[in-house]
Amino acid sequence: MNLETLDDALRPALFEYLLRLGDDALILGHRLSEWCGHGPYLEEDIALANLALDCLGHAEALLTLAGEVEGQGRTADDLAFLRDAYDFRNVQLVELPRGDFAFTIVRQFLYATYACLLYKALQQSAFEPLAGIAAKAHKEMQYHLRHSSEWMRCLGDGTEESHRRAQSALDELWMYTGELFEVDDTLRTLTEARIAPDMATLQPKWREQVETVLREATLTVPEDPPYMATGGRHGHHTEHLGHLLAEMQFLQRAYPGAQW
Amino acid sequence: MKDEALLEVEFQARIDADEKIEPKDWMPERYRRQLIRMMSQHAHSEIVGMLPEGNWITRAPTLRRKMALLAKVQDEAGHGLYLYSATETLGVDRYQLIRDLLEGRAKYSNIFNYPTLTWADVGVIGWFVDGAAIVNQTMLAKTSYGPYSRAMIRICKEEAFHKRQGYEICVTLARGTPEQRRMLQDAINRWWWPTLMMFGPPDDQSPNSPELLRWKVKRKTNDELRQHFVNITVPQVLALGMTIPDPDLRYDEKTGNWLIGPIDWDEFWRVIRGHGPCNRERLQARRKAHEEGAWVREAVQAYARKRQQQAASTAAEVSHG
Ligand SMILES: [Fe+2]
Ligand SMILES: [Fe+2]
Ligand SMILES: [Fe+2]
Repeated sequence: MNLETLDDALRPALFEYLLRLGDDALILGHRLSEWCGHGPYLEEDIALANLALDCLGHAEALLTLAGEVEGQGRTADDLAFLRDAYDFRNVQLVELPRGDFAFTIVRQFLYATYACLLYKALQQSAFEPLAGIAAKAHKEMQYHLRHSSEWMRCLGDGTEESHRRAQSALDELWMYTGELFEVDDTLRTLTEARIAPDMATLQPKWREQVETVLREATLTVPEDPPYMATGGRHGHHTEHLGHLLAEMQFLQRAYPGAQW
Repeated sequence: MKDEALLEVEFQARIDADEKIEPKDWMPERYRRQLIRMMSQHAHSEIVGMLPEGNWITRAPTLRRKMALLAKVQDEAGHGLYLYSATETLGVDRYQLIRDLLEGRAKYSNIFNYPTLTWADVGVIGWFVDGAAIVNQTMLAKTSYGPYSRAMIRICKEEAFHKRQGYEICVTLARGTPEQRRMLQDAINRWWWPTLMMFGPPDDQSPNSPELLRWKVKRKTNDELRQHFVNITVPQVLALGMTIPDPDLRYDEKTGNWLIGPIDWDEFWRVIRGHGPCNRERLQARRKAHEEGAWVREAVQAYARKRQQQAASTAAEVSHG
């Protein structure tokens, strides 16, 4: 099915789902872009900018589609720059401040492993425009996964300091990984309509792939924490997202209606 | 062995015949040193130049502008990398050059010691600063040193794209709200004079110039390049309905030149000596990135060593079967 043949009853759930995908990419891309000019050396500065550009590109495509599905005439920019934090649908994992290089890499690795599995499955989506975006995004996220996995091995098995930093980033981030696989009514509706994949089948694969790389990196898989962060998919975020948006949305907010 | 004087004569003859000098060719020590100075300053400028515009990446007003600006600043990193490599062909090490920058021994373009205060600065920098870089680099693309010339040809293509992008931002602002036009005019006012200073001191105060011209390292004088930039840019500013902050500016019918009023060279020398609005901040930002990246670079080396040892011991096991 496509935009014309889409069942109207599915629109609200699909809009919501596209916001989740698009916001994940947008907020992660924004965090990555903060590295530009501040990377550990030039080649890596360039690599991080590439990752950011990929994510922002996915965000633009997904949010544009979200606006079309919603049918209220909102553009990707309207959605990115004119929503408040409680209307954002990204997981908390992507909004955490960029931290040190180890934190950025570990997050990218955890997210890219998830995104590769997700976008691969989404290529089979019954909603064709989404399958099309997923095909391109999957290719690019595979590069993110290769890049971040190689860094995981390097940091984990590099020096004592790099090992310590990577392990502590991993320990800190682990409680934010549960959200990636949460299932609610929105997702169940779309899984039934064969638009979204069954997350329950992706989670064990994610776990297995993550553990393999962590082993190679001589890092320890964290214990499951007593509390897994939750809420992002319903607009309840960490305190960090509001600050990120205040910065990102500044011009659109200060000069309402202006063209840029 | 030929003596130095004869080699110099032959060298100058090659220059006069418009031959390119390549890394393995004989060259006067001063030619080598001048090129290291110019090329490393150029490389440093690309890298420090990432900071003022990078300041707006997280605040760019639309997704398209955000991606374009990020890609632009990323290009500048690529230019820096490419220029450091080209400089290494003269027998210096990139990390030594970077140390010189961080420890305040090397210079970079003064223009990056000015702050970016509004979104219009991003547009005006692309238009003016990348525009001035193009004027300078188009000349340097014909420089006598092969690796520098080739670097310039490649870089110039991207700078032309940056300039178009910057100008397009300015056109959008000029057609926008009164507030946007005010923002644009303010940015033009602040960047105009520092941009003109980018071409360096006037010819009669430019000590290196005659030698650099004779060796065809440079092919035009600072004042010639500056005039060329002014002639291109003034009509563009006027076409947007904006003004140039120079009460003495006038068009000279005879020469077809736009003549400018006096440049404040005291400001130029003051900023070069480290007393511009952002000198300290720019170097601090570079130092911070370098210091915070130290453990990462060490990890890369340690990991590579371990991999090598592993490969060597596997090879030994195989051969001892
Ligand atoms: Fe430049
Ligand atoms: Fe450049
Ligand atoms: Fe540029």
